[in-house]
Amino acid sequence: MENFEPVIVAFCCHYCAYTAADMAGSQRLAYPANVKIIRVPCSSKVDALHLVKAFEKGADGVYVAGCLEGDCHFKNGNMRAARLVESVQKYLEEIGIERERLEMVMMSAGMGYRFAQVATEMTEKIRKLGPSSIHVALVGRESTLQPAGII
Amino acid sequence: MITAERKPLEELIEYIKPFKRLLLVGCNECVTVCAAGGRKEVGLLASGLHMAMLKSGTNIEIHEHTLERQCDPEYIDELVPMIDSVDAVMSMACGCGVQEIARRFKGKPVFPAVNTKFMGASERQGVWSERCQGCGDCLLGKTGGVCPIARCAKQLMNGPCGGSTGGHCEIGEDVDCAWALIWERLKELGQEDRFVEITPAKDWRPGGGAGPRKIIREDLAE
Repeated sequence: MENFEPVIVAFCCHYCAYTAADMAGSQRLAYPANVKIIRVPCSSKVDALHLVKAFEKGADGVYVAGCLEGDCHFKNGNMRAARLVESVQKYLEEIGIERERLEMVMMSAGMGYRFAQVATEMTEKIRKLGPSSIHVALVGRESTLQPAGII
Repeated sequence: MITAERKPLEELIEYIKPFKRLLLVGCNECVTVCAAGGRKEVGLLASGLHMAMLKSGTNIEIHEHTLERQCDPEYIDELVPMIDSVDAVMSMACGCGVQEIARRFKGKPVFPAVNTKFMGASERQGVWSERCQGCGDCLLGKTGGVCPIARCAKQLMNGPCGGSTGGHCEIGEDVDCAWALIWERLKELGQEDRFVEITPAKDWRPGGGAGPRKIIREDLAE
């Protein structure tokens, strides 16, 4: 795929990463437009199905952004999300998708800089990895799901 | 409940390789509770299989459906309108469900997506342990409610054996000695005298030793 621009989906907890994204905006911090944010009430609200479906629809990378350890608004949702991510990483490997394409990150609502940094690092990492094999297959099938409209 | 675990994706892909249209059927009963073959797992597996096939350059059409129960023919009938539009069926239910589908749709290949494990109980979130082997002659009333058939590695009728140390079985530190549990329980109940009673060798005929078992309730059977 020429001029590969990764499609990255970020599931962001309302109480931390989503607010951090806002913070990044107020601080005029730039981060790649490749990252599509989906706001969730808690990182543990993200289901394995959401993560797997994102890849099935052509995402090149996905990450779940939850609160810092010990700071979850719902006590331990972030740790549950981390466990879920780990199990989905194993499932992705079974399917034949690199586990590095899925990540769990943690930040607080005030970490606008960290949000922008994570978005940039993830985009660069996925750019180096190249398009996901599913993305390639979907485009190869001349699917209507073109990169910009995949998610 | 009957517990199960999904088979490795690699094995499932081998099953479905020759087919273009697959019906993936879940079950709302035991396998939903043990997170192996309910509606969500059907979705996850369909997605995984779809991606794995896409990677190998094949496109497979996967229809998803979850039945209330796969071990009752009345519910299996729900699949009738779908069955002609698929080449094969993959069941995420226990072995009973797989066999019921195979019995109902004779000309359709049916594959199991899970390995049926055991009759167990949930110890805590995400952990299930074997509790019953369906021996057909329940002796829990004599053993303080702890089953030596399902929970003793040697299925001893008069335990414990010499491999019991500190309440654990010699097969692993994480396995409780059933007979240690029985002793503790009988002590709590003040029924220690039961422990000295010698139980004769078990008759395994009701436990499957006399071949496949069947229950016929005259008042219900048509």
